[in-house]
Amino acid sequence: MTVAAFAFYVFAITVVTSGLFVVVSKNPVHSVLWLILSFLSSAGLFVLLGAEFVAMLLVIVYVGAVAVLFLFVVMMLDVDFAELKGEMAKYVPIAGLIGVVLLMQLTMVLGVWEFADGATDLRAAVAPAIEDVQNTRALGNLIYDDYIYLFQASGLILLVAMIGAIVLTLRHRPDVKRQNVVAQMHRDPAKAMEIIDVKPGQGL
Amino acid sequence: MEDLLREYLPILIFLGIAVALGIVLILAAVVLAVRNPDPEKVSAYECGFNAFDDARMKFDSRFYLVAILFIIFDLEIAFLFPWAVAFGDLNLVGFWSMMVFLAVLTIGFAYEWKKGALEWE
Repeated sequence: MTVAAFAFYVFAITVVTSGLFVVVSKNPVHSVLWLILSFLSSAGLFVLLGAEFVAMLLVIVYVGAVAVLFLFVVMMLDVDFAELKGEMAKYVPIAGLIGVVLLMQLTMVLGVWEFADGATDLRAAVAPAIEDVQNTRALGNLIYDDYIYLFQASGLILLVAMIGAIVLTLRHRPDVKRQNVVAQMHRDPAKAMEIIDVKPGQGL
Repeated sequence: MEDLLREYLPILIFLGIAVALGIVLILAAVVLAVRNPDPEKVSAYECGFNAFDDARMKFDSRFYLVAILFIIFDLEIAFLFPWAVAFGDLNLVGFWSMMVFLAVLTIGFAYEWKKGALEWE
């Protein structure tokens, strides 16, 4: 067995097991940690496929950002584990039913799976060989020119996500005092303080 | 393909060492460490006084906003990588499509700056 094959089996087994633990672990925080492990191992699988850029993206975006977001959500939920366990038993029948239906649908899809005649040739034609062009460069040659509309659409989606997040979650508290740096810097000591000459025995 | 994977071999070796070291340290703690627990030792404490509250409290949603804005700019950077790598091969359309993309996101950035989403209060 070559090193690559060995690495494949290690990563694949890790992905499947950690995916299983995401579902079965009782503590949602542990689920998120297992999810991070499965993301990392699938990044390893992508490297083995030769898709370096996707692998690094998986590490940067999914492990670095999405998993942190999941952790935030889990921590914000204010989870009560005892209550959660009690609720779980109530939903087991319906969850099992949904699971069985999904499984049946998947088997039906896989049963009738057929490749189109030109599919493999088409796929080979899009991506240049790894020996000639690195796949980050190959991607760069494609998405900014050939797929310009999709690229701009993704930019607009990001803009919508940004504005949406701000509109939904940002609230200003009027009672909080903010630091105004400009006002502080333009403060004139001569105007800020006044010296009053008080005559003895008179007061203000 | 073989060359590519050979370049990643050191990372694989480091991963193996990291996993092995982690397992060794955990096992060493299990085997070697003296364990003599009593209820006072294992109970939660906050610098000498009893814990006020459970550690699982609700977070302020502003942390979430910061995380989402981080992800969005993270993705923007992810789009910049292939552009920078393929810069020499790109034509003018490729160059300006990225400029438009950046301009769109700069509008978003100006919006969130103006709204004060980056300030903590």
